[in-house]
Formats: sequence, C-alpha cells, structure tokens
Amino acid sequence: MTKKIKNLNLNFGPQHPAAHGVLRLILELDGEVVEKADPHIGLLHRGTEKLIENKTYMQAVPYFDRLDYVAPMNQEHAFALAIEKILEIDVPIRAQYIRVMFCEIGRILSHILNVTTQALDVGALTPSLWGFEERETLMTFYERASGSRLHANYFRAGGVHQDLPAGLENDIAKFCDSFPKIIDDLENLLTDNRIFKQRNVDIGIVSKEDALDYSFSGVMIRGSGIPWDLRKSQPYDCYDQLKFKIPVGKNGDCYDRYLCRIEEMKESVSIIKQCLLKMEKGPIKTFDGKISPPSKAEIKQSMEALIHHFKLFTEGYRVPKDEIYTAVEAPKGEFGVYLISDGSSKPYKCKIRAPGFSHLQSMDYLIKGHMLADVPAVLGSLDIVFGEVDR
Amino acid sequence: MNNLIDLEKKINSELTTKINKTLIKHNQIYVEIDKDDLIDVVLFMKTNQDIKFRQLIDITVVDYPEEAQRFKVVYLFLSHEFNQRMILSYFINENEVISSITSVFPSANWMEREMFDMYGVNFKDHPDLRRILTDYGFEGHPLRKDFPLTGHLEVRYSEEKKKVINEPVKLEQNYRNFDYESPWEGTKYIKEIKEVNDKKN
Repeated sequence: MTKKIKNLNLNFGPQHPAAHGVLRLILELDGEVVEKADPHIGLLHRGTEKLIENKTYMQAVPYFDRLDYVAPMNQEHAFALAIEKILEIDVPIRAQYIRVMFCEIGRILSHILNVTTQALDVGALTPSLWGFEERETLMTFYERASGSRLHANYFRAGGVHQDLPAGLENDIAKFCDSFPKIIDDLENLLTDNRIFKQRNVDIGIVSKEDALDYSFSGVMIRGSGIPWDLRKSQPYDCYDQLKFKIPVGKNGDCYDRYLCRIEEMKESVSIIKQCLLKMEKGPIKTFDGKISPPSKAEIKQSMEALIHHFKLFTEGYRVPKDEIYTAVEAPKGEFGVYLISDGSSKPYKCKIRAPGFSHLQSMDYLIKGHMLADVPAVLGSLDIVFGEVDR
Repeated sequence: MNNLIDLEKKINSELTTKINKTLIKHNQIYVEIDKDDLIDVVLFMKTNQDIKFRQLIDITVVDYPEEAQRFKVVYLFLSHEFNQRMILSYFINENEVISSITSVFPSANWMEREMFDMYGVNFKDHPDLRRILTDYGFEGHPLRKDFPLTGHLEVRYSEEKKKVINEPVKLEQNYRNFDYESPWEGTKYIKEIKEVNDKKN
C-alpha cells in the first residue's frame, strides 16, 4: 500500500513576533524544507502616495517619517532633495551638516534595531536589551532637535526646521565616544557566537548577478560584494566632504550582511564626529522668503514677512512643472522619490521607491530549499520594516 | 558610458526609430518610446556593453485623466557600472494591455502587480498578476485621479455578526479641499465670472 504525501501549507504571520510587523507569509513545506514562499503584504497600507497628492509640499513631509519609522529623517531627506533640485535652491552648509548628521543617527537607529532583532530571531535576547538602551539615547537627540522622538518632521526644502538647541552638539559628541564600546559589546555577544554563526553563515546566499536582477540595494547588495553606496557614487549634501569607508561582504549570506551593518555603524559614528567638527554657526535654512517661513520676531515687524507666513501656511510654495527622481542611501538601501510637479503647490504625483519592497519580493528566491527555521533568520537579515514596504 | 551626452548619442544611433524623444535633465537621461518596442529597448539597455542599465529601480504610472492617452508608464533604471540613471516612459490609453518585463528583470514582478493594483493597468505574460497592497476583495484602483481620497468602503468589527465587515464610508464632515491659490487674485469661480464678463464685453 502506498501512502499519499501532500505538501503542507503553513501560514506564517501576520501576528508573529518574527514577522517583523505585519507580514503574512504563506509557506509550502515539504517536510521541513520550504518549497515556496508567497508573502502577502499590504496589511499596513495607508495610501501615503495618494495622501501626498492632496497635501502641499510642506504638509507632505510628515508622511515620510511614517514610512521607515525606525530611521525617519533619511526618508525626509530624499523628499527635501527632490524639491530642492526642482526649485534650484542652495542649502546653507550648516543645514547640510545637520541633515547628514541626523541621517547617520538614523542609520545607527535602524542598524541597532535590525542587528539586535536578527539576533532575537535566532535566539539571543541580550543584544536587543543592550541595543535598545542606545536607541533611546539617540531618540532623545531626535526629540531635542525636532520635538519628537520618532516622527521628526524636521527636514525642509532648503534646510531644516530649526537650529540645534544649546548643548545638543556636546551630548552627541559624548555619545560618539561611548557608543563604539557598545558596538564592541554587541560584537562580543554575536560575532563569534557559535549559535549565531550556525544560524546565519551560508544561509540566504545572494550572488552578485542575482543581487542586481532582484533590484537589491544597500546592505543587501554590499553584502554580496558589490561596492555600491549612493553616499559615495552619487553624493548629495555634504557627503563628498566627509571621509568614510564602505564595508563590503564576501559571501552574500546573512552573516555577511550582519557584519556589514556592524561596520557601517562604526563608520556612521565617524561621520557624525566629522560633522560635529566641521559644523560652524550659521543659517540653517535658505533665506528665500517664498520657500522658508520667516521667524516669529520678523512677523511682528515686517508686513512682507507676515504675508509670506500666511501664504506659506495656506497655499504653500509652488514648485515649477518638472519631473525628477532623487535617491538617498537610507539604512535599508536606495530610498527614492519620483516626483512630478505641475506648477501648483501640491505634488501631481509622488512615487516612493522603498528598498524593502524589492528585498521582500525576493523572499521566494532566497528561502527556496532552506529549512523552516531559516525563515526568521533570512527575514531578519533582509531588514524589513512594513511602514515602507506597504506605504 | 560615463558621459550623458555620449550615452544619448549612442542610444539614438543604435535604436534610431524606436526612440521617440531623449532629453538630459537633472543629470539623468529621459527616454520616450512606443509601447510595442518596450521589450526590445529594455533588453538592449540591459545587455549593451556601453550602456548596461543592469538594474530596474522602479516601475510607476502617472494618471492624466483628461488626456486621450491616459496613463504614462515610467520605468526607472540604474547602471552601477557607469553610474547613470535613466527614466524610460511611454503613453497608453485606459484599456491597452502592455507587455510585462518580468522575463528580463525578475524584480518587475511585484512592481507590475502594484501598478495593476493601483492603476488597473494590465500586463501581458505576467506570471502572477494579483492585487498586492489593497485588501482581499478590494474593488477600484486607488491611485487613479478619479478615485476619492476617502475611498468607498470603511471596515469595522461587527459584534452581531462576529466578524469584520465592510460598509460605505460615512463621514461626520466631508473631506474639504480648500482652494488656497492666491485668493486676492480672485478664486476660480470669480475668475470664471470675470472671463464670461470679458467675453460679453
């Protein structure tokens, strides 16, 4: 008598701690081997692009915080750069350093979260407890600069919203001195950890060719050995005046991607230090009254400033007819904004290119033939945040 | 090719009739083609040794409801080797079916699904054309300009039926879209009255 064996369909998520949010993954299992993975996304879809089409350019900025909510300012950066390029305005040098500094803080925020939760997914609890303490410190920096821990709404076309409060630069410098020690502690726990290596080495290998074919970017492409970083290759703001290295992986597996993230955090610390050194007192947003709002004191004195203020917060500034794609190196990869303006004060179309979308798409290719237990490990190393995948 | 102008020349000389228009702007090259040449052009761009747009960054659609050819389909490409970006586009009307480029770039799969979901554009030869971001059983295409911002249905848990149900949207106050455009020059309706008066005179 022969027994009929059927493949098992397993529903992974959307309520599962290792699903990193609201991923519903339908797995077809042959025993313990994954035959097929079909991610169902969209459970966090909020229609960001539609909402942006109905808001003025300044009102659209907060929506970018809510995309990849673990590194909010990096997204705002892409949008601000897109508008600046169309309007052809220059950003004061201090504002450029402030923006780059906060982008690197965002990178550390994101990488701490990813590295420690990846460890959590494969069974290590301590790193996340240690890492989150540092994230909290960094988020207080966000709060002191912008007034909010997470949804910063800090970058503007032409600069940043307000100058840094007194003492913040010193505290960030202090953090830069103490943080490398924490990275070393995390590395002590993970890098040579037998269990962590068993779960990550040679898992989810991506070849160079496939990394290109599947539209990978960021750590996913560098982990596979392609030295590509937009901060170096297409520098924006003041990145061309800063010295930093691009860590590149060798094997393209989950472990190499972990190592890349650790090294990138060290580079970020060095970038922040350089920004603090080079930053001088000066204006933090463009002087063009048609784009950046006047100060409160000015409004009381000048009729023109009052009109500008009124116009900017009702109609908003108008952006001439144009079409542009701008990308930044967000912690997760290439984050881009494809913006079409029609001469009015609202974007006609704003397509958001989220790195996580292409990464998650390749889940089926990455996981085919692996064991069920490798699913959280691969998912962890992809660095998925549903805010940006679902938009 | 590292130089954008050389690149533009090369594309025009190699593809000649397949290219409708090229333009260099913002340090990127914008190329317009016909819908039918898509696969040929994309394949050429990917494989040619001097061009090598090896990575597809994104696919998107722009909706112009008042035009005869309503949708502009846009493909964004990146060449790592030459550090160049290209924006490829063509226009189609509402019911046209376009070819899928999943055979050339596997990553086009979800991007095309998203465009199908958001704009209702149909792709030929796509391996798995389903909705992707919207809910199971969703109707309509949210990013079209004629789709209302508030949507048609809202969702809630019904205590009587013990399940999640869809209901038509009920708002205490309708979504208000104020016209802020330079009130002191006259709002749109005043402008219209003015124009009518001018014509009469």
